[in-house]
Amino acid sequence: MDQKFPIIETSTPDAVERVVSRREAIRQGTGATSAILAGITAASVPIGAAAFARRAYAQAAAPTIVEVLNFALTLEYLEDEFYRTGLGGTVAAALSAPELTAIQQVSKHETAHVQFLTATIPALGGTPAPKPTFDFTAGGAFPDVFSNRVTFLALAQTFEDTGVRAYKGQAGNVASNDGVLTAALQIHSVEARHASQIRRLRGQKGWITGSEIGDLPPQSQPTYAGEENTIQGGTDAASLGAIAAVTEAFDEPLTMEQVLAIAGPFIVG
Amino acid sequence: MHGDVTRSITLSNIRQLWETGTRREFLRVAAAGGAAILLPTMFAACGDDDAGPADPPPSDAVILDLSSDPGVLNYAYALEQLEAAFYAQVAQAFYPGITAAEQQILTDIRDHEVIHRDFLAGALGSARIPDLEVDFAGGNVDFGSRFSVLSTAKIFEDGGVAAYNGAGRLLQDVNNLLLAGKIVSVEARHAAAIRDLLRPGTRDFAGDDVVDPSGLEQAFEPGFVLQDSGLGQFITTPIEIVS
Repeated sequence: MDQKFPIIETSTPDAVERVVSRREAIRQGTGATSAILAGITAASVPIGAAAFARRAYAQAAAPTIVEVLNFALTLEYLEDEFYRTGLGGTVAAALSAPELTAIQQVSKHETAHVQFLTATIPALGGTPAPKPTFDFTAGGAFPDVFSNRVTFLALAQTFEDTGVRAYKGQAGNVASNDGVLTAALQIHSVEARHASQIRRLRGQKGWITGSEIGDLPPQSQPTYAGEENTIQGGTDAASLGAIAAVTEAFDEPLTMEQVLAIAGPFIVG
Repeated sequence: MHGDVTRSITLSNIRQLWETGTRREFLRVAAAGGAAILLPTMFAACGDDDAGPADPPPSDAVILDLSSDPGVLNYAYALEQLEAAFYAQVAQAFYPGITAAEQQILTDIRDHEVIHRDFLAGALGSARIPDLEVDFAGGNVDFGSRFSVLSTAKIFEDGGVAAYNGAGRLLQDVNNLLLAGKIVSVEARHAAAIRDLLRPGTRDFAGDDVVDPSGLEQAFEPGFVLQDSGLGQFITTPIEIVS
């Protein structure tokens, strides 16, 4: 079902409603008819028991859900504008057919994520953050970003792997709302699919070994810092297999501050 | 309708399964408590199954109590057991004509799933469920066929991601939520790679069949995963979900 571009205007409200109306939704279909929703009314299930319990773990200094979603929106703005600019620039013609196909699909999803978050935030009582002004040359560090496929794909991989870590790092901060948490997880795994494909198109493994950056520019290192961690759930998982495989088997989170430091050079205002 | 949301959804699924009447799974709703007893490999139409049709009493069922974090983690552990067993068999004798790149990918995934399984086993400790019995022959997996192996892997990886996405909200401790998050994105990386092996260079790595128009990937309820996602058919051990 390689449909054309999605009908975002009509589809997003449904998805947003799933998040903000506190209806619990389940997708039961297979293949093309994947979205059959069995809603349960807000009156019967005002909030999930687990979400309620998770509140006990929330930290006083944690950002609000709207703040987290605006953080996510800023990242999605960045990705969306990056791919749309690339597809409209000379680099598009330099991409191989599989690369172009992948970037088109990724771009479609990032645009959809912007739409989804832009619609969800007001429904939660917040105001969507404005789109920043981006400089994808990062002040001249990547002057050929939209003409050189090597540079373009290197930044694409960096942005996707950063996105995975960014969403992962915020899961706990939206955990008090089942709908938002689930939607965040549903975006998180899409970013991981993107990352895998772009990595493989660049000749890398789809997964991250240690904190290796491969042939990425040194500016990408912060995106992979800490991925060599083997302490999981308070115990060292290093003995469970070859050390490379152990680090590949777990993706690591980044804090909001770490992510903003990575995105910072691309944001000029 | 003031009951637990998970139970409500599970029962809703069961009702639909009963109504369709075309499923291979045999389901039973316990008279008391409304728990779903899943006996996923009761293949009525599968007469050549070496193990033969089994009809263990519900008391033999592995219980997944999804009202607690250990229960949810055991659900993940069940899925990782299944995946690890599959890839172990794949790597034991790779299909003929496999490329070096494919062999690397499948070996890596095998390693990751074994690590996930063993990590969860260790984390759960004495709370972990027993080893599940799996049966890939009954699911018509041909380990000598590239298409069969990769198509089955796609079911496991897509289903695994959707399972983790759907189970996140069931976890109460944010530390466990983070652990699940660390694993699910690796499963999504697997899913994209497997899909790209099947349909190279296409949009299938994050296809419109698994990502909706809002850019959200599938999220499945546990009952759905075990009954109807295509994963449960490979688990021979009866599983009882309670919530």
